[in-house]
Amino acid sequence: MWNWIQRFSSPKHFYSMSAPLIKWFSAGALLIGLYGLYLGLFVAPTDYQQGESYRIIYIHVPAAWMSLFVYMVMAVSSGIGIIWQIRLADMVAAASAPIGASFAFLALVTGSLWGKPMWGAYWVWDARLTSELILLFLYLGYMALQSAIEDQRSADKASGLLAIVGVVNIPIIHYSVEWWNTLHQGATVTKFDKPSMHIDMLIPLLLMAVAFKLFYAAVVLVRTRNEALYRDRNRRWVRELVERL
Amino acid sequence: MLEARSLECVRDDRLLFNDLSFSVAESEVLQIEGPNGSGKTSLLRIICGLRQAEAGQVLWQGESILSNREDYYASMVYIGHLPCIKGDLTVLENVRSLLDTRSLTLASAETEAALTKVGLASYEDVPGKALSSGQRRRILLAFIELSRAKLWILDEPLTALDVQGVALMESMIMEHKQAGGSVIFTTHHGMQLECEMSSVQLGRKARS
Amino acid sequence: MLTAYYHLLLRDLRLALRSRHELANPLIFFVLVVTLFPLAVTPTPEALQTMAPGVIWVSALLAVLLSLDRLFKLDYEDGSLDQLMLSPNPLMILVLAKVTAHWLLTGLPLVIIAPLLGMFMSLPADAVSVLIYSLLLGTPVLSLVGAIGVSLTVAVNRGGVLLSLIILPLYIPILIFGANAVDVASDGLPVTGQLLFLGAVLALALSLAPLATSVALRITASR
Repeated sequence: MWNWIQRFSSPKHFYSMSAPLIKWFSAGALLIGLYGLYLGLFVAPTDYQQGESYRIIYIHVPAAWMSLFVYMVMAVSSGIGIIWQIRLADMVAAASAPIGASFAFLALVTGSLWGKPMWGAYWVWDARLTSELILLFLYLGYMALQSAIEDQRSADKASGLLAIVGVVNIPIIHYSVEWWNTLHQGATVTKFDKPSMHIDMLIPLLLMAVAFKLFYAAVVLVRTRNEALYRDRNRRWVRELVERL
Repeated sequence: MLEARSLECVRDDRLLFNDLSFSVAESEVLQIEGPNGSGKTSLLRIICGLRQAEAGQVLWQGESILSNREDYYASMVYIGHLPCIKGDLTVLENVRSLLDTRSLTLASAETEAALTKVGLASYEDVPGKALSSGQRRRILLAFIELSRAKLWILDEPLTALDVQGVALMESMIMEHKQAGGSVIFTTHHGMQLECEMSSVQLGRKARS
Repeated sequence: MLTAYYHLLLRDLRLALRSRHELANPLIFFVLVVTLFPLAVTPTPEALQTMAPGVIWVSALLAVLLSLDRLFKLDYEDGSLDQLMLSPNPLMILVLAKVTAHWLLTGLPLVIIAPLLGMFMSLPADAVSVLIYSLLLGTPVLSLVGAIGVSLTVAVNRGGVLLSLIILPLYIPILIFGANAVDVASDGLPVTGQLLFLGAVLALALSLAPLATSVALRITASR
């Protein structure tokens, strides 16, 4: 069993296996995403309070969900890399970080754009936006640590440990920010926090969530392949690959 | 006692050594030789458990050192390139502090004897920063002497030592070997040891 | 095991006291930064009282952050860190000894000087006592969590800013609850919830941070 795992997770094996997967994932992401957007932008009913501007949730919410999901993936991969020394796991973690950071950034930008029609300002210290901002900082810290350490293995393990420490902290940070926000509520009542959503609004949202996941899967495979090629650039399988080109 | 199996080490994308195996028994002195950059220090750090090898294992009394750190560390002592001496502590405080991490509290008679042996008898209360680098290395010699370790792992032990210091180090190693202990060391300067020594050569393709 | 803790703690304290001139720096920094705010914003008592909890807490955070470097840097540079890692005693205990020394030398002085800053910032007496309690519970956590960050960055050149980038997000919950406790105390409201939260975070940090720090140290050593 262990031998099978070792063989299965060798970068060389991963490289050849992942090529067809990328096509499937990207196709799925594109089709489901387009359909979800169509439903969300054109078919879903107009919101009673917010009019048309609410439709940005079809990007904003999946992006926020993904930023958290990718961080979990990063932490779990790093854990696998540290405990069982599987290099592919380290590569997946390193490859995922910029993707997750981009999702967090996207969530912040779309949240900000939504804020203008909603609250009249591009930025308010809403609980969710603040948590998202802190998550972005956690991603940036991870990426900064990775690039600051020259030795690749140490860099992976160090930033991996940071990701695991971050995962433990995320619930604490989230809870603290929520609590902080209830004290300083002010005029901005965030009604969209837990809306009872009409089913016609919910379906496009779930479709977009699936599309974003498939998108992440495709992109992380592409980036991990790059990591594998770069890190193993002196090894035989990469040299043979290059020669065959 | 100590066994290395199929060790592999990569540094800065360069393969330093591959499939390296050797063992050190009681009363054995092992010299690690090789040109600069061939991985001598990395090998010693792997044996100490401070650095992980890309492949292979290090075993102490048959068990992997990574799962048996407590026993292994209680039986070995490592001296690297850096002096480990705190400038603001006196010679005696430095020795005691090094022994404290090994949970060894020794009678002052014993520490005094060791300091006398290494030639620092009258320097007990002198702060480390007032000593020359050779004298600081002698503090480490006193530490090794008092450490009750069976295995000594020494990286360039002759660094900064003068002629008497070198002779002292050599005689300490001989005594340790005769008492049943083992030593692994690397050195640039030739050590004149009148005893049998095994050797591991780094910096070439094939290992043995 | 406990003797090793005790001896290492004493060693670090002894070393720090022998370079006494360095000890006061974080403290002076703390007072200096707090002083900047009345100068930069306004010295009116009402405004100061509103700002006080946040300003004092953020300054404390920054003062601890600046002083974290000393935790492992010197040991790393002279090779003592290797010796600590080769000790038959659990590395966690040795880490805890060093963190305790760090807190006694940095966090505790901040707690002691806090009443002075409370006076500077026009805090009422009730709030000042809560300030002391919150700092007493919070500063050990800052040292404990900071140790994780330092152990990851000790071998990075000029890693000070990197350290801040990594650690500050993790400090945010302590900042929120600590500052808030002082804030509501000014209004005479109960603060048990906030202090209990800080206590819980301290318990969590005491149990997990030394473990994370020792893992990080072994990772750093394997360069």
